[in-house]
Amino acid sequence: MSKRIILREMKDGESGIIVEFLAGRGMYERLSALGIRPGVKIIKVGTASKHGPVVVRVGRNQTAIGFGMSCKITVEVDR
Amino acid sequence: MKHIMLMGNPNVGKSAVFSRLTGVHVVASNYPGTTVEYTQGALKMGQEVATLIDVPGTYGLEATSKAEEIAIDMLKRGDVVINVVDATNLERNLHLTLHLLEESIPVIIALNIWDDAKHKGIVIDVKKMEELLGVPVVPTVGITGEGIKELVLRIPEAVNPKVKKRSEEERWAEVGRIVNEIQTIEHRHHTLLEVLSDLSVKPVSGLLVASVVFFLSYEVVRRTAETLIGYIFDPFFEKVWQPLVTRFSSVLNPDSFIHHVIIGKLIEGNIDFVQSFGVLTTGLYVPVAMVLPYVFSFYLVLGFLEDFGYLPRLAVLFDSIMHRMGLHGWAIIPSLLGLGCNVPGIMASRILESRKERLISATIISIGVPCAALQAMIWGLLGNYGARYVIIVYSTLFFAWFLIGRIMKSFVKGYSPELIMEIPPYRLPSVQILSKKVWMRMVGFFKEALPIVLLGVALVNILYYFKVFNIIADFTSPLFTNVLGLPKDTVLAMAIGFLRKDVAVGMLGVAGLTAKQLTIACTVLAMSFPCVATFVVIFKELGLADMLKSVAIMLSSSIIAGALLNIIL
Repeated sequence: MSKRIILREMKDGESGIIVEFLAGRGMYERLSALGIRPGVKIIKVGTASKHGPVVVRVGRNQTAIGFGMSCKITVEVDR
Repeated sequence: MKHIMLMGNPNVGKSAVFSRLTGVHVVASNYPGTTVEYTQGALKMGQEVATLIDVPGTYGLEATSKAEEIAIDMLKRGDVVINVVDATNLERNLHLTLHLLEESIPVIIALNIWDDAKHKGIVIDVKKMEELLGVPVVPTVGITGEGIKELVLRIPEAVNPKVKKRSEEERWAEVGRIVNEIQTIEHRHHTLLEVLSDLSVKPVSGLLVASVVFFLSYEVVRRTAETLIGYIFDPFFEKVWQPLVTRFSSVLNPDSFIHHVIIGKLIEGNIDFVQSFGVLTTGLYVPVAMVLPYVFSFYLVLGFLEDFGYLPRLAVLFDSIMHRMGLHGWAIIPSLLGLGCNVPGIMASRILESRKERLISATIISIGVPCAALQAMIWGLLGNYGARYVIIVYSTLFFAWFLIGRIMKSFVKGYSPELIMEIPPYRLPSVQILSKKVWMRMVGFFKEALPIVLLGVALVNILYYFKVFNIIADFTSPLFTNVLGLPKDTVLAMAIGFLRKDVAVGMLGVAGLTAKQLTIACTVLAMSFPCVATFVVIFKELGLADMLKSVAIMLSSSIIAGALLNIIL
């Protein structure tokens, strides 16, 4: 069953599809330049610490995304 | 003359390609944003000579950071663009490529990191790529030089296919379509490096990896340097240099001005390389035999970590802590670079997005991050009294580094953006590239440091000889004796610290201080005024107003720290 959650709540190693960014144009531009944008498959690699950045894999790239931003990205996962 | 712009995403090997094309060596590392200031060199194409410019890496052509603004500005002045594309990362790289094709400038593509793509099972149809994009594509390997000749030969073929402006969405859709047609990926298993990569950004294993990395780095730096000193530099100075300067000393009158400046004081009738303090004795011994081995081994280890790709992982791990100082994880990298020399550390602060972050980063580097030359002298002199004192100096500096960042976070106006950073794959460093990088940094150290050290020692001796220092010392000594508990001689060392901190510690070493006094003096010296080279770079990066603020923080915090140590110890 597919379910909509925020990126931060994903489990390590879980994959999902990005739905939307709950933020303004600035964040969209910074993320999309790195290939992270709605509709794209995203895998969560891990979290550095409780309030630390989330590391994700999109395509062949790994990217670290700060705590605040990681709470503003919604993804659709199969659970 | 034609201006050729070398452009591409961060960390796609532009700097390595640049070195190959021009023969000018620039520092390249395995993390995004190594090039913050552009470099240019001459590129020979047959009879013609063009100017090649290594543009800082950009993801797009919208100005989201200072580096991107520079890149966009430079694009307007170019005649041709060599777009360096990471073959292992086609999708993201092509986004910039399409953006470039929408401008009116001719483009040729260097499809770089071609060897890695092959190892990773990525197959790219180059012919088809040329067809679809409408520009020449040449596979290259920047670090070995493969394909570079062909790239140069084909520069005249660069064209602009005149595509219409697209929206962001259309561009990504187009990228997806192209990648689908030209790229096939063979499935393969996780490599050992990839497993290690995942481990280094998770909470428990990440800290474990970091501890191992720090411990090994420390051990390798110390042991390499000690071995070099014990087996090469000390024997050289004792067996070869000592007899020569002794003979020179014997033909001079030991009380003469010349002897005073060139040879310095004789200690029990002999030359002592640490204590004599002449230009040809201590002046040479300090930079060559005490500092150089540490600078070498530090840059060897740092270079390895840079090229391996560890530093971005460290940034991820430190992100939460750095946020408490108004910075984000990236800011750990300038501070680490500062451990070699504060100048590149402060220059690297430019990758931080806001003025607030840059001011904080530059200030905490000058206060809390001792450069390799200073550290070598602290170990060399203070270490004689026991590890305890060295640990006190380091802990004080680390504490100040954190606390001042913490305080500045609340008082400096401006915003602190969040971390968003690409994490490059681990790559085994190439021995050739690594040794070239260490060599360049060593040459840099020699050119910058040696003349200033020799000049500094000469200046100190001249001022001593004419007793000029006594006047300054008498004037400022109340602060030093009452608050810091230091004899008035140390005033002179502090003043010389403005020239070179290693020379200053050398002076402290001959001032007959107790272990406590030496500890306080080293701490104050490290925290207070930066050396002149750092000073200039702070001024250039921050401007006058922020530089003055930064200096005021340095002076006051160093006096507070010194006074506290004087009371506690």
